[in-house]
Amino acid sequence: MREFLEFEKPLKELEERIAKLVKAKSKKASVQDAIVKHSEQLTKLEAEIFSNLTPWQRSQIARHPQRPSISDYVEHMTDEFQEMHGDRLFGDDQAIIGGFALWKDRSVMMIGHEKGKSLKERMRRNFGMAKPEGYRKALRLMKLAERCKRPVITFIDTPGAYPGIDAEQRGQSEAIARNLLEMARLQVPILAVVTGEGGSGGALALGVADRVFMLEHSIYSVISPEGCAAILWNDPSKASEAASALRMTAPELLKLKVIDEIIPEPLGGAHRDPVMMAKRLSETLETHIRELQTMKLPSLLKHREDKFRSMGVWSTAKTPVTQMKAVTAS
Amino acid sequence: MGWFKRNKNKDSEGGSIKIVEGMWVKCPFCRAIIFKREIDRNLKVCLKCQYHFPMTVEERLELIADPDSFQEWDADLIPGDPLKFHDSQPYKARVEKAQQKTGKREAILTGKCQISGCAVALGIFDFSFMGGSMGSVVGEKICRAVDQAILERMPFLLITTSGGARMQEGTLSLMQMAKTASALAKLQEAKLPFIVLLTDPTFGGVTASVAMLGDLILAEPKALIGFAGPRVIEQTIKQRLPEGFQRAEFLLEHGMIDQIVERKTLKSRLRSLMVHCGTSVSA
Ligand SMILES: [Zn+2]
Repeated sequence: MREFLEFEKPLKELEERIAKLVKAKSKKASVQDAIVKHSEQLTKLEAEIFSNLTPWQRSQIARHPQRPSISDYVEHMTDEFQEMHGDRLFGDDQAIIGGFALWKDRSVMMIGHEKGKSLKERMRRNFGMAKPEGYRKALRLMKLAERCKRPVITFIDTPGAYPGIDAEQRGQSEAIARNLLEMARLQVPILAVVTGEGGSGGALALGVADRVFMLEHSIYSVISPEGCAAILWNDPSKASEAASALRMTAPELLKLKVIDEIIPEPLGGAHRDPVMMAKRLSETLETHIRELQTMKLPSLLKHREDKFRSMGVWSTAKTPVTQMKAVTAS
Repeated sequence: MGWFKRNKNKDSEGGSIKIVEGMWVKCPFCRAIIFKREIDRNLKVCLKCQYHFPMTVEERLELIADPDSFQEWDADLIPGDPLKFHDSQPYKARVEKAQQKTGKREAILTGKCQISGCAVALGIFDFSFMGGSMGSVVGEKICRAVDQAILERMPFLLITTSGGARMQEGTLSLMQMAKTASALAKLQEAKLPFIVLLTDPTFGGVTASVAMLGDLILAEPKALIGFAGPRVIEQTIKQRLPEGFQRAEFLLEHGMIDQIVERKTLKSRLRSLMVHCGTSVSA
């Protein structure tokens, strides 16, 4: 069954009205006309709603319980997937999965967050919030890919790294930091796709790549809108304002040069047609992987370095610091 | 990342000294009320429990750098406002206020100095400037300092205190974590040592990038260090945190840092470690 989001309610009402009319099986022209009229209305309304989404609405689609994840993409994109388990140090984090995949006659390493869909699976996957062993498993697999000269494709979808006692004890910060450093110099092409929720450091730990893509309605942020609202507005209910202020949507991040390309989603979101979504994603990846594979290694690494090095906005002050101090003193 | 939320009511995490009637200081750790002058005379270390009170950037520099050896880099870098960020006040206004308050342009000081004759590239976070948060300027200054360390074949020393990534620069702040880590990869390849001193408090995106990438990681006694802030963890797991959780001693016990170093021995310790790492000493 399709799950409707809050802002999709008008669509739900229309769909129900149409269903009722269809169910009546009336041959009356007036009923038939009404069905056609409502259906046209529905198409129009849907197009209207989804072309004018607010950042907060987008984040609801990004977090949709039926949002396709790495498991779905592996299923629809690849001919074989050999999942690998464990970090060889502590355990096998279920919030991140990875392994060799056969994709378009290529062997690649696919790694990504998995939130799970049913409540039971969500709990087993810790809602996609990885602990240090998850990031360390991901790094182990990336290093394996490097040794086998296979490109790495990552799928990012997490609320963030898990904030818990055990995670801190085992070095959550170190695990994330290590991935950032090692990904910066990994000697094979890396392509990262934010498929749903790109939640801060826990997302970035799979995100240092030669190409970074976002699905049209995914989000990528330094903090969740709720967290930001709680801190800066002192009011978690201001999440919608925070979502806008943080510029966390794909179009905004393309403008800020954080990402390279947006992959359009089927109308209503990726969950409405995961097969089509997988096909589009596959095509985009194919184009870019071809480009990356023509590059010589030193140039690949230099481009990756320059890409992240250029991120940020700053300028040079006109007044010297001493002058500014004088202003303060007066 | 902002996991680390400052609480105005609880002074143990604010990173500022609470002054009682101007002359007295309350230790946020043991709650002892001590003469401010006594603390100042003792390198801002609590006489009762050895808690190391936050120091200003200038005090830290004075503590470790040889007199007149410091040369500042990139003091003129100022942040932009790429998001046109606005909460209860515009980001631009917040930055200006912080600049007025501190007389600094940003939340980190970088440059080079001599530590007992060892030339070193240096970065010192400034908590008084927007909680030492890392935005574009902090990221860029760290990268430039690393470049310069490589150019002049010097070790890089980073003294951290930060609430994490700067929310007001959004995802660009998050990217500073990748940017600085990438610079540090080059420092490693140049076979130059990176030494980190963690001070109270260091959290979020700063811990999960530069701070935990030191070849040698030192911390001040009782400093609070972590990825997620204590309150966020408590809210998530809905239970009380164990005594001493996320303190420097806790990190040492769990194998996350090399040493806890007291202020009075810091300078000689740094010099010795740099010499062990192959840094040459000038006369
Ligand atoms: Zn004390």
